[in-house]
Amino acid sequence: MMIAARCTRLGIPIVKNLTRVSSTSMFKSTDLNQHYIHSSVTCFPKCELTSKRYQIERGQFSTISEEDVNFFTNLLGHHRVINDETELEGYNIDWLGMVRGASSVLLKPKTTEEVSTILAYCNKRKLAVCPQGGNTGLVGGSVPVFDEIIISTALMNKVENVDTWLGVVTCQSGCVLEALDEHVSEYGLMIPLDLGAKGSCHIGGNVSTNAGGLRLLRYGSLHGSVLGVEAVLASGEIVDCLSAMKKDNTGYDLKQLFIGSEGTLGLVTKIAINCPPRPQSVNLAFLGLETFDDVLKTYKDAKKKLGEILSSCEFIDQSSIECVEKNLKLKAPIGAHPFYMLIETSGSNGIHDEEKLNVFLEEALGAGLVTDGTVATEPSRMHHIWSIRERIAEALINDGCTYKLVFIYDISLPLPHFYKMVEDMREHLGSNILRCCGYGHIGDGNLHLNITSKEFEKDLLNLIEPTIFEWTAKVNGSISAEHGVGFKKRNYIHYSKSSGAIALMKQLKALMDPNGILNPYKVLPDN
Amino acid sequence: MSLRVLVGCKRVIDYAVKIRVRPDKMGVVTDGVKHSMNPFDEIAIEEAVRLKEKKIAKEVIAVSCGPTQAQETIRTALAMGADRGIHVEIPAKEMEKLEPLHVSKILAKLAEKEGAELLIVGKQAIDDDSNATAQMTAALLEWPQATFASKIEKTDGTLLVVREVDGGLETIKVKLPAVVSADLRLNEPRYATLPNIMKAKKKKIVKMKPADLGVDTTAHFEVVEVCDPPSREAGIKVEDVDALVSKLKEAGRI
Repeated sequence: MMIAARCTRLGIPIVKNLTRVSSTSMFKSTDLNQHYIHSSVTCFPKCELTSKRYQIERGQFSTISEEDVNFFTNLLGHHRVINDETELEGYNIDWLGMVRGASSVLLKPKTTEEVSTILAYCNKRKLAVCPQGGNTGLVGGSVPVFDEIIISTALMNKVENVDTWLGVVTCQSGCVLEALDEHVSEYGLMIPLDLGAKGSCHIGGNVSTNAGGLRLLRYGSLHGSVLGVEAVLASGEIVDCLSAMKKDNTGYDLKQLFIGSEGTLGLVTKIAINCPPRPQSVNLAFLGLETFDDVLKTYKDAKKKLGEILSSCEFIDQSSIECVEKNLKLKAPIGAHPFYMLIETSGSNGIHDEEKLNVFLEEALGAGLVTDGTVATEPSRMHHIWSIRERIAEALINDGCTYKLVFIYDISLPLPHFYKMVEDMREHLGSNILRCCGYGHIGDGNLHLNITSKEFEKDLLNLIEPTIFEWTAKVNGSISAEHGVGFKKRNYIHYSKSSGAIALMKQLKALMDPNGILNPYKVLPDN
Repeated sequence: MSLRVLVGCKRVIDYAVKIRVRPDKMGVVTDGVKHSMNPFDEIAIEEAVRLKEKKIAKEVIAVSCGPTQAQETIRTALAMGADRGIHVEIPAKEMEKLEPLHVSKILAKLAEKEGAELLIVGKQAIDDDSNATAQMTAALLEWPQATFASKIEKTDGTLLVVREVDGGLETIKVKLPAVVSADLRLNEPRYATLPNIMKAKKKKIVKMKPADLGVDTTAHFEVVEVCDPPSREAGIKVEDVDALVSKLKEAGRI
């Protein structure tokens, strides 16, 4: 039997073994006798401390004392309290390598009760905390800014129950998304959420950031698919809204407060999520197009002709594909085109779906909207095509050879303005940057605009922001479609939310976390 | 001198699918499981198509032995650039009992019938890992064989083939007609693009049975059992070297 090996993305070492013994394992390679290990965290020098790089003052919190460490050690045992500086490095810096905190303690609780005891103690002592899942967030929300205690969900990874009648899975918040999906696949179900970080991100983090991902188009947002949440408040009080019922209109729907509030209103400890049946037949088309107008028309066409079987619609520009091909040595299935699209269908009947897809593709080709493309239905092929889209961020990190410098923007825009933003920003930034590229969930009106540069310059950041945010506000878009606000965008939410709304957010925060210990310096603007 | 090339391609379970042993322990579950062309055969087809693009080959014929669905595999080969296909029908139930020797006899007969001057196949199939078909076909035809090819060049009347062997790379010269088996690094197969997928629908696939070629598919092997590899047991930690030595002695290792 052949060995099927897996490659986890994002921050986890990727080992490519190229000796002849493993020539039956299906990694295409160009080097015959080279072993290499690539880790996206250790290849680059550490960035400056966030507290030095950005103008920010530490809040009125206590500092950790030996007594505090002893309390945690008594509670968790010394294996689950990390205070070694080198070991903490990976937890103090985000995946993009652009924000770095200085925490000296990381805690690894296993149960909700332990989280409750920790938070109650921290609240009493006025010690700030930073909840952390897989640390794959892109807005600096998952790492400390100063010396906040990191509370990691890494050991809270039990699946409690899979209800196969309702199609609901109840689990702890530290379950890795991909592992959770594999678990429910044994029951013929799937997690309604998929994103490039799936090999590392925790479902608790996904819920806390209201992650969108590749299939929001078909399965909707987490605000709809999460049925229940158990969270711990800053006071240590456990809020149990873990009902797994699809319909439950009894009182205020409190779980919605924890979905998307990025750990600032409570630490999510358990989740009940609605799982749709796993599709029997999946098809993936990778298409090449000449103009963005063609992209828009093809998307509209796809919605009409593919209808209920459409499960994902992504677009990628030429610059992004160039980056992936150059930095990750992944080859696109078709030649160079100004624009590309990935269209995926998922359904219960392969023959029905393939027919619909073939009719749609033949007509798109005939009308000249699509100039080239390929279709795949084999898991191995689809895997390869998806990796081209899912690893764009990883490719961009490797664009600047000596520093990781990619500015990531995640904007919701009305579709006609989509690509104009990329073109305008490219012109505006000129030769100050290496690359300005766009890709994203065109099906959701969500553009990922990424800019890479050679070095971190404050001036460059000021050149990009607030121009990009003003552009967004002018067309009534959102400055953060799905990535959240975290640390990096906290002072810009007024571009997309009214002052009255922001004021109410601050009131809620004050009510639920009077000492402000939960993930400070994040989400809400500094005063 | 333009060659007629025959390429064998096998329909196997897709390598990204999790394999499950059947409850009767006589095989693996294939019903409802995604299949695709054996990756090494994709490389073989790609090489044949490239030979045609270089004008070294004049025609590429794709052959597959299998049930009705094998035609999908042949269509993929046609979409990659093969000119026509031959489907040797083997009913689904008998697929398990089909052996490399049967396939070799079929390919040998087809090579003679079609007047092929070059036969390329993948070095092995990822389901049975036999790595025998190319070698046996060459023996039946009394043609030279160049297996585990990672590079093929044509010089007048002969092929210069670089082979991947345990010691490194070996370059050999084989006279045509010859059998070549493709290894991983021979090339990177293209994706079949939409215009070619549509053109392929019009290309011909001829159907036939092994009996039509005078090949007897009686099994020589009998599968006794198919089972999962034993699950990996947890290791144990010992306190010091003395404990390690005594544990090793207990386990009869030293």
